[in-house]
Amino acid sequence: MKLSGSQIIIECLKKEGVEFIFGYPGGAVLHIYDALFGDKKIKHILTRHEQGATHAADGYARACGKPGVVLVTSGPGITNCVTGLATAHMDSVPMIIISGQVSREYVGSDAFQEADATGITRPVTKHNFLVDSRESIAEVFKKAFIIATTGRPGPVLIDIPKDLTDPKVKINFEHPKKVKLRSYKAPISESKSKIDEAAKLLASAKKPMVYAGGGVILGNAHKELAALVKNIGYPITNTLMGLGCYPATDNQFLGMLGMHGTYEANMAMHDCDVLLAVGARFDDRVTGDTSKFCPSAKIIHIDVDPSSISKIIEVDLSLVGETSKILRDLNKAVKPYLKNINKSALKRWWTQIDKWRTKKCLSYKKSKTIIKPQSVIETLYEITKGDAYVTSDVGQHQMWAAQYYKFDKPNRWINSGGLGTMGFGLPAAMGAQLAYPKSEVICVTGEASILMCIQELATCLQYRLPIKIITLNNRYMGMVRQWQEFFYEGRYAMSYMEAIPDFVQLASSFGHIGIKIEKPSELKSKLQEAMNLKDRLVFVDIITDQEENVYPMIKSGQAHNEMHLSPTGKDTELA
Amino acid sequence: MDEKRHIISILVENEFGSLSRIAGLFSARGYNIHCLNVAPTNDESISRMTLVTFCNDQKIKQLAKQLDKLIDVVNVKDLTEETHIEREMLLLKLKCNKNQRDEIKRLTDIFRARIIDVTDTTYTIELTGATEKILAFIESMGKIKIIEMVRSGTLGISRGIDSLENIK
Ligand SMILES: Cc1ncc(C[n+]2csc(CCOP(=O)(O)OP(=O)(O)O)c2C)c(N)n1
Ligand SMILES: [Mg+2]
Repeated sequence: MKLSGSQIIIECLKKEGVEFIFGYPGGAVLHIYDALFGDKKIKHILTRHEQGATHAADGYARACGKPGVVLVTSGPGITNCVTGLATAHMDSVPMIIISGQVSREYVGSDAFQEADATGITRPVTKHNFLVDSRESIAEVFKKAFIIATTGRPGPVLIDIPKDLTDPKVKINFEHPKKVKLRSYKAPISESKSKIDEAAKLLASAKKPMVYAGGGVILGNAHKELAALVKNIGYPITNTLMGLGCYPATDNQFLGMLGMHGTYEANMAMHDCDVLLAVGARFDDRVTGDTSKFCPSAKIIHIDVDPSSISKIIEVDLSLVGETSKILRDLNKAVKPYLKNINKSALKRWWTQIDKWRTKKCLSYKKSKTIIKPQSVIETLYEITKGDAYVTSDVGQHQMWAAQYYKFDKPNRWINSGGLGTMGFGLPAAMGAQLAYPKSEVICVTGEASILMCIQELATCLQYRLPIKIITLNNRYMGMVRQWQEFFYEGRYAMSYMEAIPDFVQLASSFGHIGIKIEKPSELKSKLQEAMNLKDRLVFVDIITDQEENVYPMIKSGQAHNEMHLSPTGKDTELA
Repeated sequence: MDEKRHIISILVENEFGSLSRIAGLFSARGYNIHCLNVAPTNDESISRMTLVTFCNDQKIKQLAKQLDKLIDVVNVKDLTEETHIEREMLLLKLKCNKNQRDEIKRLTDIFRARIIDVTDTTYTIELTGATEKILAFIESMGKIKIIEMVRSGTLGISRGIDSLENIK
């Protein structure tokens, strides 16, 4: 088959099963867009900003597990993707970014719209390629997909000079079945004896705890995790990235841990004697002060990435490899030791946990006059029966969504946990909605965050994406204001949102429906009304209590057992 | 924790951008590069880098893992973990008048260095050896004026049959 470089690219994408490309055209990729014109198999989604395209591809990948594909032009096209790449890279999301580059003869000459794409994106991609010949296009694409989707996933950029995509030059095309990647190591598999050692240690616990993160979702290991946790009867907590990898409504689940985690999860972390960490990376928002982290625990760490082991916290036993396989093996290996588990100690541990639970750390003061942000999420949970895909932006609303929406399934909770990128929520919801056109997709956002990618409302109209945008409008950059209240004596420097647009009018000018909710009494009925508009995007602007804070909170430099549960101060010991 | 000197040997794909990926990793994660040497190996698709860094034990383990994670990196080894040989080459251009020539010649012989270029007013000397020897030689120059100094950076190889190039 004789194909042009552009046609080879499209052919390679088809071979990888790509259904969507999120992108934005420009000079350096016009040949590719021309080859894509009228294609029946691949649908191109035209976003309104390259950042939107990157987050949309990211949201798609997080929702369905397949790599998200982005196509952008050189220069400003690719520089606009940097935030999206960094966001995906931090959260290990598989993505392929194709960027046009100026023709080879101009590379390095400061040509029009030239930017050193591979140089700029090197620290925010898992790997990147600058294609230097037509003959290598197919091989580079094959490699890129392998690298993006295996081991610890991540975004891979392919920068391709315009002359290589010229429709007039055609070469023989054959899709490579195999490529040589000698320096790319497949995850090792752990020895039986090491797994056995872990099983023994796990069964020896008197106060065990399981701490599971986003790696479980990325590694598609939620079933294996649940099987093991049910089998051993131990308590489990999830990170912000891991929510949904273990059912939140299950009694063994203690809620999220970390800075805004639950009292019971953080206290159990602090007191446990054996900790099983699965697909989690001991992020500073999770550990608090590392010198006071799980002070009396032996730690077992399961992860696909060897460099995650003992990076922040020195662990006692590491199991590196595919999370699902290791969990399966561990579950098998633990069976003969189940009889060794100290039942009465475990019972005492659960009694202690239930005592912590009586604190009801997520309770909040209800109000009849002003809408409490927490109640919005609770009502959403009720209406959607906990089965929606929920994306979020960054701030207090994100924490409340994580705390009050009980995710029972993986891939339902989509947020920028690592980089904390405002502007992520709406485009990510577009990707999720495209992956699952029949499912309910909700973007929980704040009045500041939503403005960072607001242009994507036009994309939503073009492709009829019936997303529900739920804005917790507190007229503040709430999370910034909360920190200023706590750490800067209430000097609210620049955290106040002046000149907030009328979101109802804004939504309607983009061709959508806007609903404003101000009274607690109408919260449920109006939210229901919005959700009932199944085939329309509805922008729900909810005026919430302006100075509500997110609790519990572990302030920086503090340990898990030094949480603040209320404005009145620390709450370490149970009365 | 104490910082120790480590010699890291890295085999990388001889590809566009490999060096900047490695240099970028060092700067992004706050590691120092004391010296660095890159050249082709027996296999022309692979280059070998040798670099010296000062790190504590915990950091060096993490550094090795991070290097290994780079797609272009074929193999990484901390040579300081095992018995190995180190060499460095020094090229030293000295300003010398007639009455300094004997002195320089004598020092050159003591250190088993070689004079490789001579002009009316300069001597250029080549010396190979472990870093301590190089430093000692430079020290011994005393009042003699050094016009230019070029060091290759440390090269290292493990003793015995071991080879970093044993890759499947
Ligand atoms: C792109 C970007 N810029 C700045 C920040 C810092 N930041 C974190 S939360 C926040 C305020 C968010 O305000 P809003 O969207 O209204 O959410 P709220 O906290 O009020 O719920 C800011 C500015 C960020 N996370 N991302
Ligand atoms: Mg706000």
